[in-house]
Amino acid sequence: MSQSSVDLPPKGGFSFDLCKRNDMLTQKGLKAPSFLKTGTTIVGLIFQDGVILGADTRATEGPIVADKNCEKIHYMAPNIYCCGAGTAADTEAVTDMVSSQLRLHRYQTGRDSRVITALTLLKKHLFSYQGHVSAALVLGGVDISGPHLHTIYPHGSTDTLPFATMGSGSLAAMSVFEAKYKEGLTRDEGIKLVAEAICSGIFNDLGSGSNVDICVITKGHKEYLRNYMEPNPRTYVSSKGYTFTKKTEVLLTKITPLSERVKVVEVAGEAMEE
Amino acid sequence: MTFTIPIDNGDAVKNAEADSQRTLYPYVTGTSIVAIKYKDGVLMASDMGGSYGSTLRYKNIERIKAIGKHSLLGASGEISDFQEILRYLDELILNDNMWDDGNSLGPKEVHNYLTRVMYNRRNKFNPLWNTLVLGGVKKGKSYLGMVSMIGVSFEDNHVATGFGNHLARPILRDEWHADLSFEDGVKLLEKCMRVLLYRDRSAINKFQIAKITEEGVTISQPYSLTTFWEFQAFHNPTAGAQGSW
Repeated sequence: MSQSSVDLPPKGGFSFDLCKRNDMLTQKGLKAPSFLKTGTTIVGLIFQDGVILGADTRATEGPIVADKNCEKIHYMAPNIYCCGAGTAADTEAVTDMVSSQLRLHRYQTGRDSRVITALTLLKKHLFSYQGHVSAALVLGGVDISGPHLHTIYPHGSTDTLPFATMGSGSLAAMSVFEAKYKEGLTRDEGIKLVAEAICSGIFNDLGSGSNVDICVITKGHKEYLRNYMEPNPRTYVSSKGYTFTKKTEVLLTKITPLSERVKVVEVAGEAMEE
Repeated sequence: MTFTIPIDNGDAVKNAEADSQRTLYPYVTGTSIVAIKYKDGVLMASDMGGSYGSTLRYKNIERIKAIGKHSLLGASGEISDFQEILRYLDELILNDNMWDDGNSLGPKEVHNYLTRVMYNRRNKFNPLWNTLVLGGVKKGKSYLGMVSMIGVSFEDNHVATGFGNHLARPILRDEWHADLSFEDGVKLLEKCMRVLLYRDRSAINKFQIAKITEEGVTISQPYSLTTFWEFQAFHNPTAGAQGSW
């Protein structure tokens, strides 16, 4: 019997080389990563002219609020935006990566990006990492074939829906949608419903909080309404302002307006556009 | 005479079968209960399903029962434990009636009794696997409270158990207000039950709504809610994204 140990090139599909090692680690007590539903409420809905996306603005690190006003609605293309729930680094990295892939594709084809392109790029990436990239996304946009709304789960499965919610506050938001969604909503009705759903998540889920961000995408036009609603303002800040204790001796008072020292230049809308 | 000898498996720390007399997991379970206070008393709604794991085994379980003259008890969780609790309460009410002194146990008293029972069982690591909702009216005052399987007990204007916590509570917090009329109360409950029907896998479309007022208890006949599945987007969801779902 001859022993043939030939190193065959990988033919595609799955490689099961690490299964034995993973089994050994599980026996030793290492737990495989499970689906992480972290503090967020993100929603999307289709209305008569396009898509409206909504998100809360709280980023949590366990029980602590790490960022009170973060941005969860990420830019993918001028006509496509994506809300992300899960590990913040994962959602940022994966949306940035697919956004640049879409831009290169636009240069090559000379056409506007389609939502299913973004969908397929995202789901291929997430599936190949078998759920370890913990990003749960609500992808919405309007392209040549109409408005589209999809949800993408960390393991790579997708859903195409008229209204969708993700994150730990998804049940609270979904209860609002299930009770109040109808087809053919106008822009104002849609924004109101999305804001209501996010508020439901903010007030009923501990992992979501702070403000409501909204993004309205229609054919050829988009509106990113950052902090559309701020239902959690800081209250009880003293109206008297700060005063020094009475015993402090004031030696000199000199006020220099900052505009003399520094020139502020408005860069015309380049931040997130092409 | 026969005696049943209790199984003595020894010390629970050293012997794995020693805890074979404790409740470890529920078998036949009921899903959520939603209840609200309204103008004349308390309204409570539940579906009539009993699931055996992921099978819908029983479709005719009444999970809301009248207790004495002044209370309604609704339970989610293990059905056999609910039946046991009904036996305890039966005994309690019977003994109360035997005093024949014109007094009767009101909802607050029954709630307190249930809290003690649930907490006591939890301390012995042998819980009654239920979340109970107790509503009632006595001398014109309505009462609505909840006890969980670990003995957490409180009273409120509106309560929900199980999935109702996540799906019905946001709606109730938004839309409940004092002095709801009977019709508005029923509409609010039906709104919650409909969302639960859409989004809770163990819910079935067969409900009972129970009402308790100063006059007494009425538990409705089973009925079903209308559901809407005709969204255009559901007809051909992947028209724009061939190959996905």
